[in-house]
Amino acid sequence: MSAKKEELRIGFYVCHCGHNIAAMVDCAVVARYVETLPGVALSRDYKYMCSDPGQELIQQDIREHRLNRVVVASCSPLLHEHTFRGAVEAGGLNPFYFHMVNIREHDSWVHTDRGEATEKAKALARAAIQRVAHHKALEIKKVEIHPDVLVVGGGIAGIHAAMTLANAGKKVYLVEREPSIGGHMAKFDKTFPTLDCAACILTPKMSEVGSHPNITLWTYSEVTKVDGFVGNYTVQVKRKARYVNEDLCTGCQDCISHCVFKEPKFADDFNEGLGKRKPIFIPFPQATPQAVLIDPEVCLNFKRNKNPDGSPVVGDKCKKTCVEACGEKHAIDFTQKDTLQEVKVGSIIVCTGFKTYDAGRSPAYGYGNYKNVYTALEVERLVNASGPTGGEVILREGKNADGSPKTPKSIGIIHCVGSRDKKTNLWCSRVCCMYSMKLAHLLREHTGAEMYNFYIDMRTPGKGYEEFYNKLLEEGTHFIRGRVGEVTDWAMTPEEEGRLVIRVEDTLAGVVRRIPVDMVVLATGLEPQADAGEVRRLFNMSCGGDGWFLERHPKLAPVSTFTDGVFLAGCCQGPKDIPDTVAQAGAAAAEALVLIDKGYIEQEPNTAHILEDECSGCKSCIPLCPYTAILFDEGRKKAYINEALCKGCGTCVGSCPSASIVQNLFDDQEIFSEIEGVLAYD
Amino acid sequence: MKYAYFPGCSLKGTGRAYEESLLPVMKHLGVELQELDDWNCCGATAYMAVDEGKACAAAARNLAIAEKSGLQQILAPCSACYLVLNKTQHYLHEYPAMRQTVSRALATVGLRCDGSSAVRHPLDVLINDIGLEAVKQKITRPLKGLKVAPYYGCQIVRPYATFDDQSNPTTMDRLLETLGATVIKWPLKTKCCGGSLTGTLPEAGLRLSYILLKEAIKRGADVIATVCPLCQFNLDAYHPKIAAKWEPVPIPTVYFSQLMGLAFGLPADQVVLNRGMVPMKPLAAAMA
Amino acid sequence: MEIKRTIKYEADRVPGFGRDVMSVPGCEALEHCIQCGTCSGVCPLSIYMDYTPRQVMELVRSDFKNEVLQSHTIWLCASCYACTTECPRQIRITDIMYELKQRAIKEEVYPKRFPIPVLAEEFTKMVHDYGRISETWLVTKMYLRTNPMAALGMAGLGMNLMKTGRFSLKQDKIEHREELAKIMEAVDHENGKAKA
Ligand SMILES: Cc1cc2nc3c(=O)[nH]c(=O)nc-3n(C[C@H](O)[C@H](O)[C@H](O)COP(=O)(O)OP(=O)(O)OC[C@H]3O[C@@H](n4cnc5c(N)ncnc54)[C@H](O)[C@@H]3O)c2cc1C
Ligand code: SF4
Ligand code: SF4
Repeated sequence: MSAKKEELRIGFYVCHCGHNIAAMVDCAVVARYVETLPGVALSRDYKYMCSDPGQELIQQDIREHRLNRVVVASCSPLLHEHTFRGAVEAGGLNPFYFHMVNIREHDSWVHTDRGEATEKAKALARAAIQRVAHHKALEIKKVEIHPDVLVVGGGIAGIHAAMTLANAGKKVYLVEREPSIGGHMAKFDKTFPTLDCAACILTPKMSEVGSHPNITLWTYSEVTKVDGFVGNYTVQVKRKARYVNEDLCTGCQDCISHCVFKEPKFADDFNEGLGKRKPIFIPFPQATPQAVLIDPEVCLNFKRNKNPDGSPVVGDKCKKTCVEACGEKHAIDFTQKDTLQEVKVGSIIVCTGFKTYDAGRSPAYGYGNYKNVYTALEVERLVNASGPTGGEVILREGKNADGSPKTPKSIGIIHCVGSRDKKTNLWCSRVCCMYSMKLAHLLREHTGAEMYNFYIDMRTPGKGYEEFYNKLLEEGTHFIRGRVGEVTDWAMTPEEEGRLVIRVEDTLAGVVRRIPVDMVVLATGLEPQADAGEVRRLFNMSCGGDGWFLERHPKLAPVSTFTDGVFLAGCCQGPKDIPDTVAQAGAAAAEALVLIDKGYIEQEPNTAHILEDECSGCKSCIPLCPYTAILFDEGRKKAYINEALCKGCGTCVGSCPSASIVQNLFDDQEIFSEIEGVLAYD
Repeated sequence: MKYAYFPGCSLKGTGRAYEESLLPVMKHLGVELQELDDWNCCGATAYMAVDEGKACAAAARNLAIAEKSGLQQILAPCSACYLVLNKTQHYLHEYPAMRQTVSRALATVGLRCDGSSAVRHPLDVLINDIGLEAVKQKITRPLKGLKVAPYYGCQIVRPYATFDDQSNPTTMDRLLETLGATVIKWPLKTKCCGGSLTGTLPEAGLRLSYILLKEAIKRGADVIATVCPLCQFNLDAYHPKIAAKWEPVPIPTVYFSQLMGLAFGLPADQVVLNRGMVPMKPLAAAMA
Repeated sequence: MEIKRTIKYEADRVPGFGRDVMSVPGCEALEHCIQCGTCSGVCPLSIYMDYTPRQVMELVRSDFKNEVLQSHTIWLCASCYACTTECPRQIRITDIMYELKQRAIKEEVYPKRFPIPVLAEEFTKMVHDYGRISETWLVTKMYLRTNPMAALGMAGLGMNLMKTGRFSLKQDKIEHREELAKIMEAVDHENGKAKA
């Protein structure tokens, strides 16, 4: 626009980057060449443009030489575009009158011929000079941040993130799918490497969450819809019917003891199916909230058919002794329905955790086929004092000599089940070596059994972890380096009769061994949740090829996602232990606090907009936008772009058949003149 | 339903009971089998050990002949043939260099193989093409009370077959159940019988056959059902040696097709139980 | 007591052998081996092997050509594919064993009176000459070349085969033997080893 009319005065700077660039590009030659190009008022080479004196130089030149455009040829814009824009602005120019050329990653680092590398630097500089002439002054927009935060998933990650934010005075909505918070950790007896009691360290945090004035806890709930953008999300949550009014229930559990089912009869998920529960139940004694719920699938007061809306039909068959027992509290409500609730939040922390590998997918280990083959999670419940056997380790099959349920005399723990395996999951699940040793210790403590751990490699990188390994060695645990070939029940020798036989190569001894045991424990690995794909789409995140949620940068932005205002913590991002999970949860809370306390975020102005006169209303751009930023005005039959959502990816720009979408910093003139610049050989 | 039929050498020799029982059963089910014209040995495990290129070319000649016949599906009952023909298909698809060598070699005699035909095992065809319902229709003498240990051996599901699970195949289990038999659960379904080692290195090979026989008896089986001529041979022919070395493990081993013939009430000369060396006593009731 | 050096010097390696094997179709994945031992753990014959399958994998990768080609392991492999199915790195161990057998035969380093390679050779020859295998003849030939006395021990088996009608002295052959011969020759030619 006006820039065209005023005289162009471009300042050009080529950076040596110490030897990084200067060793392969003759910077002085480049500077002298650029000086000859039309519109260039000044051209310099300098050792470190990003240093304070370098930035100062730009500011000074702008003032003294009345520069109105600036180009710096140096490293990647990812690194220093922000720095130089700042310098330009400090010099009194609009920061978008600046353009940066990468002659390090794109040139000096990848070439071996100095002459040619210098020529390439010239060409790239020429392109930038031609492009910057068309740059326009742009404005950075500010978006306000809503101070409330949504935390999804109430495992230890979600609990810690929610508590951190709530203690900082922020309002938090914690949404958990299960009837209680706690996640996997709530199932453990002890935690490695210190063997502190999991319940003792977790349950106080759980009840704090339950009673914190700044936390709205919604268990048995799921997020069903997310609209909006950073700072301004509208979230819809489905709260599943418990058939018990949470506010009225005191957790006295009288209803459970008075249920018409005298004995628990139904497989109990929390105990990995090892125990039984009634149709009205509380998942575990320390559950938060302390409220019971009814399983309509088995409760006699419900019919087995469904209403058109999917809810179960209430019958009147049962004597409802539970309602009687509840009495004055009137907490039980068979007519309860699923409800939808909507909240506004500014940021979201996703903490949906993991699931364990399905051991049935490794038939060679006989899970499901041999009763005395267990998963690690089952054993966590088995050794747990509040577990289905009260902490007594008794086998599913077999009897001791005196007729009592069998206790194992020797136990094999197989590491890496469903980990490090191309046919299942290639990653190392990180916690299995450690929890296998924890279980070896606990099982031995409970039973005195001979313990065998079969491992491929021992992975104990963590504070106190190698020491824990040492302790296990002292306890006399047999560590056999070899991935087990198979678990079977056919015997070759008398001592193998009636037992499970583990066939394995003891790779350190170089011999194949058959080891008979009474119990086999499969250290199943960690996997993304079954619904990770849907959750990913819901919150507009990405997944890696392995299915874990993808962080923005593996080192420098480990709890951010590619969507601003959406953060990650815990095992949903990849396998990790509790210390790392808690550290990440704290970090995610801190990132959310940064947004909230700043109050606004600045938006890169490289967004796209639609030239309304030219839009034909064909809608072809709408489904292409990966950020659902394009909307349609039905009245005027025109598409329009929500700039707050636009990430400047350019997909729509390229696709518009009537060329009516323009993107700031990437308009046709800018791009074509850049291309011409590169191609203009002299 | 019509298939090209690749019998392989064993089915014409020591494994003739397989062919003699399979052909009538298939006919009874309305399946037409057309033996490949002038087929040659698939190469089995031995040829691959000597020269991979030639082994592939020899196997590919059969595929080429099948393609020429216009039949898209090749039935290969012998496990070794089934594996080798499938493996050849895979190699031709996966490795362009191999495909080129083989194509050029075949071209010298005017043959071509574009790898378009499917190599199928009778179990696959019975379950997926014919269907157990159709099999059920034909049963006149259900094998009530007969306890059968289904033995798949190693080479039919590993490593290329897709019609059944590699570690825990169940197609034969389902077939035998349909015939009315009681199927014994055992963990040795796909364990190796010793292969040709029973002949070349009996100490090693026979031990594997012995374990199979012993465990089948221990788990209450009356008879072992197999799908492979080499397995049948190993489990049937070495009883005196096994008895001398370890203990007698008298249990007969028959082809699943023989059990089908029995259940279909086919005449004795189409069930050929007389081909077995171990007495067929446990089958007497079913034969009556 | 006989003592033997077990240390390996760099000179014992044949550099490039491992890479060469890994360039053969089917053997590529060997580079991903993590030495977990699953292959040995499932191998029904590993209890007789001088090197376990896992050790063979490492010896190949580390260029110990002589050790692997002379090992009993490659001949004990029954091609049951158990290892290939279970290997967590999807290494086709069975196919690597085949490749090693081929090399041992080509270089003539296998034990001469060891029946397994002899059987493989006789088998191949019979396919060449007749296009089909006649089991009786094949076994007879193998015994003659390895251990004629052992053949006598097989007499009982022969009798039983005869009794059940499974014994035949007829050499089965295909009609177009010249066609097969031509194909084989062409393969040799393609592979640049046309018979001089
Ligand atoms: C057998 C075993 C033993 C272990 N032992 C130890 C140990 O001793 N020490 C140690 O440090 N680590 C141990 N670990 C690792 C530990 O379990 C994890 O580090 C920890 O549980 C991770 O916490 P999290 O909150 O990320 O995930 P999780 O514990 O999985 O919690 C995730 C929560 O999110 C909820 N959720 C999931 N999806 C949704 C959704 N869509 N909407 C709402 N809510 C949802 C889940 O219901 C769950 O409550 C062990 C792991 C296993 C498998
Ligand atoms: S199973 Fe596979 S990865 Fe493991 S040692 Fe054997 S070849 Fe290597
Ligand atoms: S294929 Fe060979 S090495 Fe592999 S398990 Fe079978 S016999 Fe052992």
